[in-house]
Amino acid sequence: MVSDIVELETPEGTNARRAFPRVAQGVLWAILLGFLLVAPLFFYPVFVMQLLCFALFAAAFNLLIGFTGLLSFGHAAFFGGAAYVAGHALKVWGFPPLLGLATGMLFGAALGWAVGALAIRRQGIYFAMITLALAQIVYFFALQMPFTGGEDGLQGIPRGYLLGLIDLNQPLNMYYLVAAIFLAAFLVIYRVIHSPFGQVLQAIRENEPRALSLGYNVDRFKLLAFVLSAALAGLAGSTKALVFQFASLTDAHWQMSGEVILMTLLGGMGTIFGPVVGAFIVVTLQHVLSGIGSWVQVVIGGTFIACVLLFRRGIIGELARILRISSL
Amino acid sequence: MDPTIRLILAQGMLGLNNGVFYAMLSLGLAVIFGLLNVVNFAHGALYMAGAFVALMLYSYLGPWIGLDWLHIGFWPALILVPILIACFGMLIERFLLRWLYKFDPIYSLLLTFGVTLVLQGLFINFFNASGTPYPAMPESLKGVVNLGFMMFPKYRLFVIVFSIVVCFVVWYIIERTAIGARLRAGTENPELVKAFGINVPLMVMLTFGFGTGLAGLAGLLAAPIYSVSPLMGANLIIVIFAVVVIGGMGSIMGAVVTGFALGLIEGVTKVFYAPAANTVIFLLMVIVLLVRPNGLFGRQG
Repeated sequence: MVSDIVELETPEGTNARRAFPRVAQGVLWAILLGFLLVAPLFFYPVFVMQLLCFALFAAAFNLLIGFTGLLSFGHAAFFGGAAYVAGHALKVWGFPPLLGLATGMLFGAALGWAVGALAIRRQGIYFAMITLALAQIVYFFALQMPFTGGEDGLQGIPRGYLLGLIDLNQPLNMYYLVAAIFLAAFLVIYRVIHSPFGQVLQAIRENEPRALSLGYNVDRFKLLAFVLSAALAGLAGSTKALVFQFASLTDAHWQMSGEVILMTLLGGMGTIFGPVVGAFIVVTLQHVLSGIGSWVQVVIGGTFIACVLLFRRGIIGELARILRISSL
Repeated sequence: MDPTIRLILAQGMLGLNNGVFYAMLSLGLAVIFGLLNVVNFAHGALYMAGAFVALMLYSYLGPWIGLDWLHIGFWPALILVPILIACFGMLIERFLLRWLYKFDPIYSLLLTFGVTLVLQGLFINFFNASGTPYPAMPESLKGVVNLGFMMFPKYRLFVIVFSIVVCFVVWYIIERTAIGARLRAGTENPELVKAFGINVPLMVMLTFGFGTGLAGLAGLLAAPIYSVSPLMGANLIIVIFAVVVIGGMGSIMGAVVTGFALGLIEGVTKVFYAPAANTVIFLLMVIVLLVRPNGLFGRQG
């Protein structure tokens, strides 16, 4: 994991050296923004929208594991659960698109509050196992409740008109809405990480007893981080439901919780751009390998094993280490 | 007998039958966690692999080696399957997990998650996702026994009794014998135990193998009851994690008692409100967490 200590180790650097991290970060921002603007010219828009939904999901998840040190193994519950709720609001209650997304996000936050309040009573792997078990309740609800469509999922969710004006059935309109949502949420995450609140979260990650002894209400901070992460994961799930007009059990299954961990791990836990890179790689891999059936699972599992054994810092994490930069 | 009571008893017996698998699997997890501090996510996949190995020994091994008449049936499999799965487990420990002990235990959880995906993917590729029945149910265990309130399949009764014996033996070995004491010492203070001339890495490998062997054994016992499918361990492993949280992690006794008890409770829930049967264990977990965050049998920590 990348820590601020790395920066302190740099011997009295020249100005050029001190400016370097800012340049490196600027380059990554520029790549991201450029990609967002021109991607639909080169790639199938639905594919890019899928990338962005998962990138947002992974970035939201990283807020918890990377910056607070909490491994949630149940994030699919917020992602998938919010997809169902947003889908239901859009389809049955006839909500306009933005209100539908907000409903899903709110559901994610509420569910996150309930799960987080229970899970933070324990630490480490216990925390992971409790989130996993609670997420399984959500999965069974999704399987058994009448409104979710059981095995078939919730189909035919209407995209509708943005603000009553813009037809979201036009792929480009939909794409730029998703890009805007992604960018806004990503900026929120960036701001949170660099706020005093985010600094406290990182202090908790580094040394929880010390943060406690400094007088911070650690449980409260953890719970807030959990709710924020769950809300953003819910936004990602709702957006995915709007894009694909479909909410399914796969989104709520524990394997999805695992996939988002892989995305974050592969890109780099505790880095800003890592989860986005990780999500792009995993989703692209699944897309490219979709012809080989269940071998995809073997490849994903193998990637997981390789990541854990060989590069725990992830791609962006390793890059930051090579460049001796603390925050990428 | 009052029909409601009869129904409760009958569902209770069927629930106890599921409890066997909860108990054996959470026992294996408790052995591995209690002694090695590793949460083995692959436990469900190894249980599934145990069922498939039993199937392969009966139906596929013969043709593969050119001896079409060769069917290795249930009784030899009762010995062979746990040994094979234990060997596989030891390979995982020796070549993958061993490199992670010096890091946060979360990494070993993630690694075994990766192993789960690989195993599941491989079995789906070779046997496709739907289930296959295990054809080698022993003749001597076919038929039913009259329990007074229901006719209960002989095989299921055998599974319940057999696994209670296995669980007791494992508890006895770890908590009451010299080998168990050495194991526990080896994990408390590896340096000291090494100084006594005990090969600690070998011991750790054997312990992991023992735990996974239990998963394989559970898989073999499950094969004649449930159909053998690549996804049979997928949802079970989450239930097992809930059982472990309720029982108190690392407690051998907690794992066994909670496993059987929760199977029973799940079965009885079916009588009163069937849709809740899938979630009742998780709801119990929530209640236990609120009242006793360390689990029913958990030590302070």
